[in-house]
Amino acid sequence: MIRLEKRPNASKAWSYSTPLLAVLLTMIFGGLLFAALGKDPIAAIRTIFYDPLLGQHAFFYRPQLLVKAAPLILIAIGLSLGFRAGIWNIGAEGQYIIGALCGAGVGLAFYPTESFIIFPLMVLAGALGGWAWAMIPAVLKTRFGTNEILVSLMLVYVAENLLRGMAVGLMKNPEGFGFPGSRNLAQYPSATSWISQNAGLHWGVAFALIAVIFAYILLTRHMLGFNIRLAGQAPRAARFSGVNPTRLVLFCLGTSGALAGLAGLFEVSGPAGQITTDFNVGYGFTAIIVAFLGRLHPVGILLAGLLMALTYIGGEIAQSQLQLPAAAIQLFQGMLLFFLLAVDLLTNYRIRLKQGAAA
Amino acid sequence: MSELFAGQGLRKAYPGVVANDNVSFSIDEGEIHALLGENGAGKSTLVKMIYGLVKPDEGQMSFLGAPFAPPEPRAARAAGVAMVFQHFSLFDALTVAENVALGMENPPKPARLAARITEVSNEYGLPLDPHRTVGDLSAGERQRVEIIRCLLQDPRLLIMDEPTSVLTPQEVEILFATLQKLRAEGTSILYISHKLEEIRALCDRATILRLGKVVGHAVPRENSAAELAEMMVGSALHRPERELTPSGDIALEVSNLSVKSANPFGTSLKDVSLMVRKGEVLGIGGVAGNGQDELLAALSGEATSAPDTVKMHGNPIGKLAPPARRKLGLLSAPEERLGHAAAPEMSLTENALLSARLRKKLTNRDFINWKATQAYAEEVIAAFDVRTPGPHVAARSLSGGNLQKFVMGREIEQKPEVLVVNQPTWGVDASAAAAIRQALLDLAADGAAIVVISQDLDELMEISTSFAALNGGRLSAPVPVEGLTMERIGLMLGGAHDMEVAHEHAEAPA
Repeated sequence: MIRLEKRPNASKAWSYSTPLLAVLLTMIFGGLLFAALGKDPIAAIRTIFYDPLLGQHAFFYRPQLLVKAAPLILIAIGLSLGFRAGIWNIGAEGQYIIGALCGAGVGLAFYPTESFIIFPLMVLAGALGGWAWAMIPAVLKTRFGTNEILVSLMLVYVAENLLRGMAVGLMKNPEGFGFPGSRNLAQYPSATSWISQNAGLHWGVAFALIAVIFAYILLTRHMLGFNIRLAGQAPRAARFSGVNPTRLVLFCLGTSGALAGLAGLFEVSGPAGQITTDFNVGYGFTAIIVAFLGRLHPVGILLAGLLMALTYIGGEIAQSQLQLPAAAIQLFQGMLLFFLLAVDLLTNYRIRLKQGAAA
Repeated sequence: MSELFAGQGLRKAYPGVVANDNVSFSIDEGEIHALLGENGAGKSTLVKMIYGLVKPDEGQMSFLGAPFAPPEPRAARAAGVAMVFQHFSLFDALTVAENVALGMENPPKPARLAARITEVSNEYGLPLDPHRTVGDLSAGERQRVEIIRCLLQDPRLLIMDEPTSVLTPQEVEILFATLQKLRAEGTSILYISHKLEEIRALCDRATILRLGKVVGHAVPRENSAAELAEMMVGSALHRPERELTPSGDIALEVSNLSVKSANPFGTSLKDVSLMVRKGEVLGIGGVAGNGQDELLAALSGEATSAPDTVKMHGNPIGKLAPPARRKLGLLSAPEERLGHAAAPEMSLTENALLSARLRKKLTNRDFINWKATQAYAEEVIAAFDVRTPGPHVAARSLSGGNLQKFVMGREIEQKPEVLVVNQPTWGVDASAAAAIRQALLDLAADGAAIVVISQDLDELMEISTSFAALNGGRLSAPVPVEGLTMERIGLMLGGAHDMEVAHEHAEAPA
């Protein structure tokens, strides 16, 4: 019999080593899965984890890694603040869309003027758009006690419809031969977020790194970060300490909304280039996984975002080169999350083997 | 009389501490056996072994002559061991009968169960209506639910952990009558308490634990309370000295304060007025659930009210939040240690920051000075003899008494001008409780005004200069403690006029 015993203190060693253990377990069981599918498991694991980083064509994949990881990290950092405080913003996808629409709207309105001020204005509009969209569940929660999970999630579908309307209506490219979709902002020098397309660098990558650093300082050194953690772990103690719950809700939802909005703007003015009906690809939802995979810690999220991007890109390579089915790759990614959550238990519990009849 | 339970050479070690070491003792049939010891002496661990919650590393137990090693509480219950915990595990929104049914393996039909509850409650003089909602019950009545839940299993051994800490003197009498009746029927009782007088009145034998080891067996009736305390602590017990001379200045004044409780099962404050002078200790007694939490919240700032209802040094502070009140020198320590006074998962250093930030200047423009914070946590740990490996451990890993010392120390070391505490020595061992009370008195001697909310009347009599009772959210007019009798206090606690009714209710079959 196996029994779990709660540790008096969370184990530091385990909290650092569980993610590695999870990756290792995923490789082993993923390898078994691939072997069962009749593929060489070593080659498959190599293709997914090694080739994008250090393989023959890594120069091509590495920039993609940054492009994929940046929005995930940026959104996940914002979400992690709220999650730590027990405020559940599930609607980052919607805030991402609205941020993109607002930012792109500003850029398109200036077209074809060239000025250094256009991009900063778009950034501002993108952040404000995401912030405003997140303020809807925030204000409803603080005013009327509605559930932010439901409201933020439902607003994703509203945002998606708004996106479709914009792509075929107001923001449609007048020179686009009637196809849905806006002008391509990546080809509009004053409005593009690209710094160097070859290196995979756009302003979103820079902002993601800055967000990681700021979140780290906020959570470890600043009173606001302390209050966020306190409110999440012990709401009554937070009230006793003097934390204002209303302000905390507004801050957490607002910040995560603004960061998601920024991610949307950087995406639409760079890698995606234009507002299309299906411009959003689910970064807002994947970021929830990234936030938990990184155990809500800024540095963890940075690594988790990169790992997630790696499995996406490596998975695509494996599909094209080894003809692995897409479902197998998704299963593989699911395994990663599953193992991480499972071995996470070891941080707070130890496993005891129970002696049988001897006791 | 034959032996019911025996433990031989029991040992249980946790990482870093040996909770029990070579503990041997026995309980006879039909005996009330006391387990005495300071906090951290290993009483809880020992009891948990008997109840199957913890498995001993070494040693054997026997029950009714047969080897006994319950792997889980269910097995212990099946063998005839029942336990009433210090903290109740009841659901406020369910009725008495529903709560009892939840704890049973094969609950009978509701009507049948209700009849059984009424039957058992009459038999043992524990009046209880099975159809009442637990949320409406007093602490004493809640305890009866737990006891009856145990009695329905016809236990051979009943374990009671600090049963009287939440009861009024009258309720204690009822409980003692019940326990004596059980003893007469042959049921054994293992009774854990700090209250030495109680143990002397009730128990046949006592096993005394110190630092995980048995340091002696005693027949409580033949030893004085002071002798028992000395065995328990290992040295003479220091009694707090009181030399308080309240000055004329009013430090804290509450007038006509009415606050709705934040908890649907809480008690709203109704028209509460009080006044505390510098150097005065106002003791507020009352049975749990009569507005204690609400009063603390209204004074700490967790619940706000009209500005003029709470005044400090004449300034209206009713609208101020906790940090603003702390800045002015009004500090507080709530009853519930884990989750309210302290965050369980956070370290002691982080918990020091929780309420000492402003007065100890632990932040600079909202940036935390962790070094200073840790130094403050260490200061509290040293000053209040908190037994812990260091300030880095999580609050939940401390024993209840140790955490209480930390929480009290955290506020007292900030040198408050007004300090409001709820149950300052709840679950703390005798010597540590004496230290906390002494610290409160020293604080008052230095000119602080102190409000002590407590259910421990002995404690209030020991340290208060004046006394008021909280009943149904109303506060009686404070009276000087000098010359106050237990009878008078009992009447005040019962709300004076409806005291008769309450007593009748207690006597009548439910």
